[in-house]
Order: sequence, then structure tokens, then C-alpha cells
Amino acid sequence: MDQLNQWLAGLLEGNVIFTPQTLGYYWTGLVTTSQLVFLSLIIGLVLAVPLAIGRSSRHRWVSLPIYVYTYVFRGTPLLIQLYIIYYGVVFVEGIQDSMFWPILKEAFYPALIAFTLNTAAYTTEIFRGAIKATPRGEIEAARAYGMSQSLTMRRIVLPSAFRRALPAYGNEVIFMLHASAIASVVTLMDLTGAARFVYARFYAPFEAFIFVAAIYLCLTFAILYLFRYLEKRLLAHLKPLGGN
Amino acid sequence: MLDLQGYGPRLLEGAGVTLQLAVLSLALAVLLGLLTASAKMSRSWLLHRTATLYTTVIRGVPDLVLMMLLFFGGQMGLNLFTDMLYDQFGVDWFFNLNAFVAGVITIGFIFGAYMGETFRGAFMAVDEGQIEAAKAYGMGSWLLFRRIRFPLMMRHALPGLSNNWMVLLKTTALVSVIGLTDMVRVAAEASRATHEPFTFLIPVAAIYLLIASVSEWIFARLQKRYDVGFGEH
Repeated sequence: MDQLNQWLAGLLEGNVIFTPQTLGYYWTGLVTTSQLVFLSLIIGLVLAVPLAIGRSSRHRWVSLPIYVYTYVFRGTPLLIQLYIIYYGVVFVEGIQDSMFWPILKEAFYPALIAFTLNTAAYTTEIFRGAIKATPRGEIEAARAYGMSQSLTMRRIVLPSAFRRALPAYGNEVIFMLHASAIASVVTLMDLTGAARFVYARFYAPFEAFIFVAAIYLCLTFAILYLFRYLEKRLLAHLKPLGGN
Repeated sequence: MLDLQGYGPRLLEGAGVTLQLAVLSLALAVLLGLLTASAKMSRSWLLHRTATLYTTVIRGVPDLVLMMLLFFGGQMGLNLFTDMLYDQFGVDWFFNLNAFVAGVITIGFIFGAYMGETFRGAFMAVDEGQIEAAKAYGMGSWLLFRRIRFPLMMRHALPGLSNNWMVLLKTTALVSVIGLTDMVRVAAEASRATHEPFTFLIPVAAIYLLIASVSEWIFARLQKRYDVGFGEH
């Protein structure tokens, strides 16, 4: 640890912009970005599963509202959704007297809500496509075994749908990481926010933004490899036989 | 009725800016996409590598970061360049990189990378026999591209193209962050000034949905046009 500190100090010596202090800003930014992206993806995923089942329902009064929700959230810019929630949260009746206000008045939670609703809409459509692509024979076989509709959903349709959705979901995760950069617009100190701060402080656009671009690039590759690994593990049975 | 408190004309103007920005960026993206696709399919090692590097880096970095890098960094780079021109050759020339130009260049560059992938797949889906037949007719390479390769390729490229356009349209909202007065910026300013965010932001969201629906219809028409001769036998 001592050696590492010395090495780092030597590396940073004589560097005006990348002092331990600014690196600290970037680190805070990385933590905020990771929290935002991770939490919104997890909550969005949990919301998307029932929504996708509802979206595939035969009853119009179930599927239509969900369709409208996904259409609106996928058809408008995330920035607008963020503004509506960020500026609009104050106007919800009685919210300033409620117990949630200390939480909601910080920019983090409006951003989290906007990102969650956005990713849930995209994920719902991804899962719906995967559910629709379930081979007819598998459902018939489940019926023939006497499985009820919910048991069929739980044991047959969903597990294979999750696997089919994996590649598209990987793209959605990367999309969300990149989309999270707009959190800096509502004064959040995420990775992009840190870069903007360093830029404004030192008037050094190249250093500030290329450094942060490199961090995003590394994160993107990490996600890419994670999903490639998952696909290899979970989709092994779909590979053509014979080759290895 | 919707009361826009005098912001109506500015919002409409902003919508015009958004549309211009989107269409110009699309044109640049299609051009870059075609170039990237040809570079990726070329036998030259250097061209292939350059195109791969371009698509990888662009798709790994958030749009907003690239936009800020170009907008803030680009102006600085340009100033250095014009200063050098002045010192060396006495040419007094100043170029102001405004938010609109920076937006078009960044969005065009970003979506050029995505378009490159779309076009590459589409070019490879064209039946080789058609190309051979065109060559047998004695067509030159430009004529072959214009009459045979491009129309046949578009049939496969249109779904991806339409997808990219929808994402591009939404990305234009980001240019408001670096100072362009498009409809998002006008709406955000109006919301702050009047404390009525819903009055301005929801109509803007509706305009985005409207543009998306209209373009969906246009793309369906185009698909029909390029599908002529395929399918219904």
C-alpha cells in the first residue's frame, strides 16, 4: 500500500490537473454513476418482468396501458423525462410535508426515478419479444403435462425467455451507462459532472473529457465481457453441435 | 386550453431547430456510415483497422461526453489553429464553433458509427449474382452502385436505418445542454421561469412522439418502395 502511494505520488508529481484532489472528484463521480446505473437497472428489471407478462396478455385492458407506457417512455428523450420528474416533483400535492421530502429534494432520487422508468420501458419490450418467441411446442408440452398457466410461465416460458433476452439486455445495460451521463445536467456529480467540474476549474477540455471518456470506455468493455461470459454459460445449449 | 404564456412562438422555433439538427445529422451520419461500411469491407488493412477503431470508440463513450469534448475542446483547438495562421501567415481569420455545428458534427459522427454496421450488414446481404450481372452489362462502378447495389442494399438497411433515426432524434435533445436553443432548452427555461414544468415539457414530449410517428409512417412507405419485386409472387 505504501509503495502504491509512493508510485502514485511520483506519477502525479508535476501534473497540474490530475492532482489527488481532482482524481478524488472522478472517484466520487464513478461511485455516483455506478450507484445510479446499478440501482435503476435492478429496479427496472424487477418492474419489467410483470410488465412484460402483462404486455403479452390477451386482455386489452391489461396490455394497452403497458403499451402506452412503453411507447411514451421509448419515444421521448430521457432528458425530457428527467426534467419533468426533476422540476415536477415539487408540484406533487403535499409532497413537501411528507416524510419522503428530505430524500426527494436531492437530485439523486428524481434522476433515479427517471432512469428506472426509462429502463423498465425498454426492458419490458425486450422481454416481451423474448416471451413471444417461445416455441409453441414447449407451451403445448407444458399443457400436456397438466401445468397451469402460471406454472407454465414460471417454469417454461420465463427461464428460456430470460436467456433469449440476454444479448439485447446487455445492449440496454450499456445504453443505460451512457444515458446516465445526463445526470450531470441536474447538478449531480456523476462521472460526467466531475469532468465538467475539472474542465471549468482548469479550462482544460481535452484532459478532463478524454480522461472521463477512457473511464466510460473501460466500463463499457467490462459490461461487454460480462455479458459475453454470461451468454457463453447460459446459451451454451443453443450453440451448433460439433464445434467447440 | 393550454396556456403557453407567450412561449409558444419560441417553442415552435425550437422545434424547427430540433428538426433541422436531426435531419442534417442524419445526412452526415448516412454519409459517414457508407464510408465506414466500405472501409470495413475493403481489403486494405489500414482502412479496416481505422474503421473498427472508430466504431468501437464512438460506441463505448456517452454521446454527451463526446459532444462536450468537441464543443469545448474543438473551439480551443480551432483557436490555436487560427492563432497559428495569424502568427505564421498573417491571415486574420476567426471561426466560431457554435452549438448547432458542434451538435451536427457530434451526432453525425456518433450515428455514422452505428450506420456503418447497418450498411455493412445490408451490403453483404446483396445477392452476388446481381452484381455479376451488372458487370456483365458493362456498368462502371459508380453506375453499378447507383442502380444496383444501393437500391438492393436499402431494402436490408431500412429497418436498421429507421431504428437509428429514432435514437438520433432523441439524442438531439442533448444539444440543449451545450447551449443550443432547441425546443428542449426553451421548455426548460420556461419551466424554471414560470414554475410550471408540465405546461411546457409535456407538449415538447408530445412533439417528439409526433415526429417519431410521422417518420415511422415515412419509413413504412419507403420500405414498401424498396421491397418492390420481392415477396408477393
